[in-house]
Amino acid sequence: MTQQFYVSPEQLMKDRADFARKGIGRGRSVVVMSCRDGIALVAENPSPSLHKLGEIYDRIAFAAVGKYNEFESLRQAGVRYADVRGYSYAREDVTARGLASVYAQSLGAVFTAESKPFEVELVVAEVGHSQDADHLYRLTFDGSIADEPGFVVMGGAADSVVDALRNSWSADLSLPEAVRAAAQSLRREGAGTAVPADAEHHVPPALDPSLIEVAFLERDPDTLRGSRRAFRRIGGPELENLLQHGQDT
Amino acid sequence: MLPDDAAAAVPRAASASFADYLGTHHPGLLPSNRTLGPGTASTDASHLAPHATTIVSLTFPGGVLMAGDRRATMGNVIASRHIEKVFAADRYSVLGIAGSAGIGLDLTRLFQVELEHYEKIEATLMSLDGKANRLAAMVRQNLPMAMQGLAVVPLFAGFDTDRHVGRLFSFDVTGGRYEEQEHHSVGSGSVFARGSLKKLWSPRLDEASAVRVAVEALYDAADDDSATGGPDAVRALWPVVYVVDGAGTRRIPDRDLETVAHTIIDARSSAGREA
Repeated sequence: MTQQFYVSPEQLMKDRADFARKGIGRGRSVVVMSCRDGIALVAENPSPSLHKLGEIYDRIAFAAVGKYNEFESLRQAGVRYADVRGYSYAREDVTARGLASVYAQSLGAVFTAESKPFEVELVVAEVGHSQDADHLYRLTFDGSIADEPGFVVMGGAADSVVDALRNSWSADLSLPEAVRAAAQSLRREGAGTAVPADAEHHVPPALDPSLIEVAFLERDPDTLRGSRRAFRRIGGPELENLLQHGQDT
Repeated sequence: MLPDDAAAAVPRAASASFADYLGTHHPGLLPSNRTLGPGTASTDASHLAPHATTIVSLTFPGGVLMAGDRRATMGNVIASRHIEKVFAADRYSVLGIAGSAGIGLDLTRLFQVELEHYEKIEATLMSLDGKANRLAAMVRQNLPMAMQGLAVVPLFAGFDTDRHVGRLFSFDVTGGRYEEQEHHSVGSGSVFARGSLKKLWSPRLDEASAVRVAVEALYDAADDDSATGGPDAVRALWPVVYVVDGAGTRRIPDRDLETVAHTIIDARSSAGREA
């Protein structure tokens, strides 16, 4: 008969948190920004088909870093939650707050009860009809939840991206400006820690559209495109144009 | 070693269907799980709820169009003059319903969520044939209600983004799916509408003339079928017309339909025919 060693709950939780943080820290970063015309979601992602950003419902999007299989199953569960709720009540009864709190419960339960916590960090973003009504819910592996104002950065080198964005972010940015600001700050991070302290004078290489994934939650999709679905993926020539325009000006 | 249920998750993931998910986890929400209770199979419930009437659909080069009148009836009573029976199913397809109106509207709502759900889960649009097959399965699930008089028969049309043509499909209550050529109509006035379409349709219609042909076919249906409503100039009610082409689904605005309807009414008044 084997003897179970006593492990204090503090130690157990700390070990699990360290494990999850390590997994998340290896991933590339994702930026979610609220701005004048909606919410911009920008992820560093070399794959054109394995998305880190996804549509949940009419005005709700999902962004994640960490293990693909884990956040993909959470994304699909979120789509099912939203569609069932919208189908059985009404479309406007699906809110990011409801979804985020369900996610928080699920992440929290797995963190304490399962043998391994989720190695993911999520943002559930909802675009409002005015900028004050935008919500960015950030969820971490242990189920803690925060409604962040302005912008959220998740992933490996989040701190350096946050530093870079703090200078360039403002609430009046248009969506293309927000994408350029986010892409710039992700590039700083991409250049790595080897960049010397005079990073301000360092000229970074041209932005490569094939390495980033971009999506918008447009504030008023009905007048823009005659659709109630605010989520729109930006890719191919449109993304190239958008980033190119930033280089010229 | 792979645990049994880990491998079993792969075939389970084959279906990204919202209706299947509802059936497993929330069966009470599926329209097909509502029954009329302990009635016998011979119970006729058709007089209990409004009936939606005529839908016409026709193809034209580069797209397809669907139109429906605005009337729902219960026996000899007009239950609604405003009902809309043609809907955008998603970006590249539309459907119209004839038969029991309430069940048809439920089916439409479920079908719209089904397509959007698939698109979000799979990050790609379902093929047009896939959509038609899903709709056929939903119609089939309504068969027990259809046996009791609450049948619903949709007409489905869409733009095939691979072949770049508009296609249309009709269904029967047993879930049969039939691809139709050129044009088709369903509902109580469909016989008269089809006769009209046979004479008016040509392979070289452009979008504007296709709209005119559809409105005229509905006019002919309303002329001879009491359950189909014609254009109502007094209340300014015009048919609902959707066009699907490479750019997506678009509803024809009421002011255009008003012009078309007035042109047809004027032409027929001046022709002065009696029958």
